[in-house]
Amino acid sequence: MLRSEKLFTTILLYGVLILISIFMILPFVWMLSTSFKLPQDIFGFPPQIIPPTFTLENYRFIFEEKNLLRILLNTIIVSGASALLSLFFTSLGGYGFAKFNFPAKNVLFSMLLATMIIPGAVMMVPSFVIMRNLGWVDTFWPLIVPGAANAFGIFFFRQYISSINDELMDAARIDGASEFRIFWSIILPIIAPGLTSLGLIFFMGNWNNYLGPLIYLKSPENWTITLAINALIGGAGLTYWGPQMAMSVISLLPLLVIFLVFQRQFVEGITAGAVKG
Amino acid sequence: MRQSEKKRNQTDWWREIKKARWAYVFISPFYILFAIFGLYPMLLSIYLSFTRWKGVGPMEFAGLVNFALIPQDKIFWQSMANGVILFFLYVPVMLFLALVLAVILNSGRVRGFRFFRTLIFLPFITNMVAAGFAFQILLEKQNGLFNVLLRYVGLAGVPWLEDVWWARISLSLLIIWAWLGYNMVIMLAGLQTIPRELTEAALVDGASPQQAFFKVTVPLMRPVILFCLITSTIGSFGLFTEVSTLTRGGPVNATITPLLRIYGVAFGSYQFGYASALAYTFFALIFFLTIIQFRLNREKE
Repeated sequence: MLRSEKLFTTILLYGVLILISIFMILPFVWMLSTSFKLPQDIFGFPPQIIPPTFTLENYRFIFEEKNLLRILLNTIIVSGASALLSLFFTSLGGYGFAKFNFPAKNVLFSMLLATMIIPGAVMMVPSFVIMRNLGWVDTFWPLIVPGAANAFGIFFFRQYISSINDELMDAARIDGASEFRIFWSIILPIIAPGLTSLGLIFFMGNWNNYLGPLIYLKSPENWTITLAINALIGGAGLTYWGPQMAMSVISLLPLLVIFLVFQRQFVEGITAGAVKG
Repeated sequence: MRQSEKKRNQTDWWREIKKARWAYVFISPFYILFAIFGLYPMLLSIYLSFTRWKGVGPMEFAGLVNFALIPQDKIFWQSMANGVILFFLYVPVMLFLALVLAVILNSGRVRGFRFFRTLIFLPFITNMVAAGFAFQILLEKQNGLFNVLLRYVGLAGVPWLEDVWWARISLSLLIIWAWLGYNMVIMLAGLQTIPRELTEAALVDGASPQQAFFKVTVPLMRPVILFCLITSTIGSFGLFTEVSTLTRGGPVNATITPLLRIYGVAFGSYQFGYASALAYTFFALIFFLTIIQFRLNREKE
């Protein structure tokens, strides 16, 4: 290839990357900028990235008048509890399928995979009825318990644990360790990177969940962050854009920090099922 | 003779089960939870779909009345049609861009691999409530950034959220924004399993980069592309949050999706029986669609 042609291609490649990157970053920039704007500047002309008058009022409003600390606590409890519980039950299930042979194993595993086709949201009506009969409406249980042993996680950990050498487990068995003890003290430490990957994905899924909380969490003091952001549309075109964007910024920060720190594990968790399976 | 053999087989079987009893304990949480929160709701839903019920008070047996209403439910069929329309609006663009970006980043011809990957992936960790409202601000008709920029370069502003087709396009923009990075990361992982020598060999043999892309990379990436395609199909019929925060299903149901319709029937007008019938119809249609996709794929192979 000619040198000028090569230069042209390189410029073109960078051009595509930069253009798409701008499109990706723009909503974040606007979120942040709007969160520091006065109401009259939000749709002012011309649109400005730097707020003409810088204000912290939007943040004061959501913390003091919209009970944001309580909302954040709720979101952390739901996301944390469900991530931990899911990690425990899915890694345990994955271990069972990876390292044991037992009658009906293949049938049971096929059944488990088949349930992944069912879109969970289709069952919103009967699930709501069941949760109401259990007295679980307006509690966190419907968001934590049903997915605690999900098929995706079990599938993930079965793949992950299959590659572990049996010798360690056999040695522990000879020493008289119980099967659960082997799982807890030998398997879990080995699969720690996988636990991090999937734990992050579980945590994120619940943090960003909207439909579940929308169906089950009724009183404002039980809301999670997505419901609280949505509630800032005051009806009849009276949206509190500033506070809404401030709350959006806050809802992003924890995930952003986690993602930047654990990016590698995160990406591994996302791609694990796709490329091999 | 036969009797005793059978018996021995049976005791063997029991011994195996007993030996593996811990495995059954370990995998049991899934089946217990699925029975309570999956199977039972599915069965209850069948029953509910034959009743008229407001969620509280007496349940009235209604026979096939709910199912008889479905063919005339214009909003529901509109929502299914919207699923198809949205699929064609965003999936081809998104998957093509994802593959192109992955190839660019994987080629080693640009610096800042990690920087660009992080940036493009970032929307995936964002909740769609925040994103939907941020897009509303950007797409505002009068002084929203997009329209101001369009007018600045001499074009007319666009009714992004007020017109039937522009609203669908706006929704597609939001979805592409949210899911491009996810698909790109998966395609990158797929590309890394393809030996780089293959495309290099094609280039040495005189193929143009475009030819190498379409004749070598794309065919080898078929399984990965198919994975993305299937997840996107399921995704475009399962849209909820994106739509309910950006367009609320409007204007005039142009962007309403099946889940939004089912949610509205269930929790907006409290027709639990009818909502269950709709949910089952929707599930059957999606199931059918997935099977067709798998079949088509198998035939090609």
